[in-house]
Amino acid sequence: MRLGFFLKEAFRALRRNAAPSFAATMTILVTALLLGVFIPIVQATTGGASQVRDRVLLDVYVKDAATEPQIQRLGTALKNLDNVGEVEFISKATALKAEMKERGSEAYEVLGNNPLPDAFRVTPDDPDRIDALADAIVVPDSGEKRGSITSSPAFAIIDEIQNKEEETQKILSATGGIFVGAIVLAVLLTIASVALVANTIRLSVFARRREIEVMKLVGATNWFIRWPFVIEGVVVGVMGGILAILLLALAKVTVIDSLQQTFDFLSTPETLGFLPLSLVLLFACVAVSAIGSGLTLGRFLRV
Amino acid sequence: MAAGNSEVAALAQQGQQRRAEQMSERSRMRSGEVPVVELRDVSKVYGGGTVGLERVSLEIGRGEFIFLVGPTGCGKSTCLRLLMKEIEPSEGELFIAGRSLKVIKRNRVAHLRRNIGNVFQDYKLLPNRTVAANVAYALEVVGQPRSEIRRKVPEIIRLVGLSTKLHNYPDELSGGEQQRVSIARAFVNHPPLLLADEPTGNLDPETSIGIMQLLYRINRTGTTVVVATHDRDMVDKMRRRVVELYEGRVIRDERSGLYSPDESTSEFAIRLRGEFGIGAEGHPN
Ligand SMILES: Nc1ncnc2c1ncn2[C@@H]1O[C@H](COP(=O)(O)OP(=O)(O)O)[C@@H](O)[C@H]1O
Ligand SMILES: [Mg+2]
Repeated sequence: MRLGFFLKEAFRALRRNAAPSFAATMTILVTALLLGVFIPIVQATTGGASQVRDRVLLDVYVKDAATEPQIQRLGTALKNLDNVGEVEFISKATALKAEMKERGSEAYEVLGNNPLPDAFRVTPDDPDRIDALADAIVVPDSGEKRGSITSSPAFAIIDEIQNKEEETQKILSATGGIFVGAIVLAVLLTIASVALVANTIRLSVFARRREIEVMKLVGATNWFIRWPFVIEGVVVGVMGGILAILLLALAKVTVIDSLQQTFDFLSTPETLGFLPLSLVLLFACVAVSAIGSGLTLGRFLRV
Repeated sequence: MAAGNSEVAALAQQGQQRRAEQMSERSRMRSGEVPVVELRDVSKVYGGGTVGLERVSLEIGRGEFIFLVGPTGCGKSTCLRLLMKEIEPSEGELFIAGRSLKVIKRNRVAHLRRNIGNVFQDYKLLPNRTVAANVAYALEVVGQPRSEIRRKVPEIIRLVGLSTKLHNYPDELSGGEQQRVSIARAFVNHPPLLLADEPTGNLDPETSIGIMQLLYRINRTGTTVVVATHDRDMVDKMRRRVVELYEGRVIRDERSGLYSPDESTSEFAIRLRGEFGIGAEGHPN
């Protein structure tokens, strides 16, 4: 392959075919930009959801009036239930320390006393059957009759059960929505990019039909004729990709990084690093434009 | 790793084989043992029933200079396009250097064409490339190294007498000059066979003589030259072999005895000018 010659031919064609090449480059730029924004967002949200998922658990709050032996009996009863993995006792004092660390101590200092109850944190073996587990812990005076399950007397001191699963479901369905939306948008934009690159190459083939005729007459092989067009398409893709990466880098440096210094919550622990993300985007752009030129060459340049 | 190496070796071998094939085709075309061109009972009927050629049989030997003549529409271009394998015959078979065009696969047609130079009435130059780039194109296509291209292009352009126009664009040249560029492009690979379809069709008589002189000079290097033209005057005065077509059939195949095959290029031109009644001092283009 005469790379130098083909590159020269491709750039010559780009210059003469500037308007459609520009349009295709811009479409690819937009596609890559959106992908560059969506990939980290989707990663961060699904990453967050899986963290919540790992933490599917029941908090069993104990009444203030409960005595030490009663609490110990409750612990043992909880451990004996089906599908229980771990039971952790969190005393009033421990809970307060954790809260003060997380939200600052001022509020609790003002309060003067500790409003938090003693609690057991129950982690199920199988997070998907947490509902059954919650049902098995029958709170005696909740007024509900729960079929044949007889309440253990040890459960009498339970004040309230908090099931974290509902929140988990909400997060999962929200991220699922974002995910589907992002995929649909990415697919549509990719199709538009492929079509625009294909159109660019088609115009280029049309503009050079005389040259192609002459090339055939002087004995050029099919691929000798095709390579410059393929390169032309790929150059369009690479330009769009590089522009998008530059813009993303600019946005990252000026907006995200400075925000991150101010607000801790923006840190997204499990997203792709910027370099791998750039490589993914560049690869996607090259693939899209190669497919675009390939489509045209297959249909309009049967030589 | 080992597999990769053997693959590379196989590819290299394939390449060598191809080159050998090409070389052997060239040497066969040059050797003269078999006719360079042979048509056996060739007919071409276009879609819609127009007859392009009808049962034409023809042999052209190595080093011949031959004219295909006849009125417009008699099948001259059809004949040349069949030889380029641009179109396929409806019946009969064509041979180039003894090899049937039927058995040449589609992806080998390009390699066939590298052994056949082509010149057209409308020159078919690339409008946005210089003279040098137009000629270099034919060398790029066959994969000549850059150093060879740099050496051969000015050489061939000098041969056709356009050294001063190396960097001009086609629209800055006269018709005759453009045709010279096109001949340079057709000949730069030194093909054993050169086909010219109405090469002087758009040119005045004096310029035409210059072009014919150039084709004759190429012919004298051993290249077989086939010229299609409807200009009977020119043909009669050239005194070369003439094959006349009429409505797709050969109606005359004459080896004129009037010329000596060893006539030099300048003798040829002087005689031609004399017969046309144009002074020898005339401008070459
Ligand atoms: N592509 C084509 N389709 C249909 N008919 C054609 C085509 N090319 C040539 N012909 C017809 O074939 C006949 C021979 O044409 P051609 O070989 O071009 O003649 P010449 O070159 O001698 O003027 C003419 O009648 C012409 O109309
Ligand atoms: Mg014709």
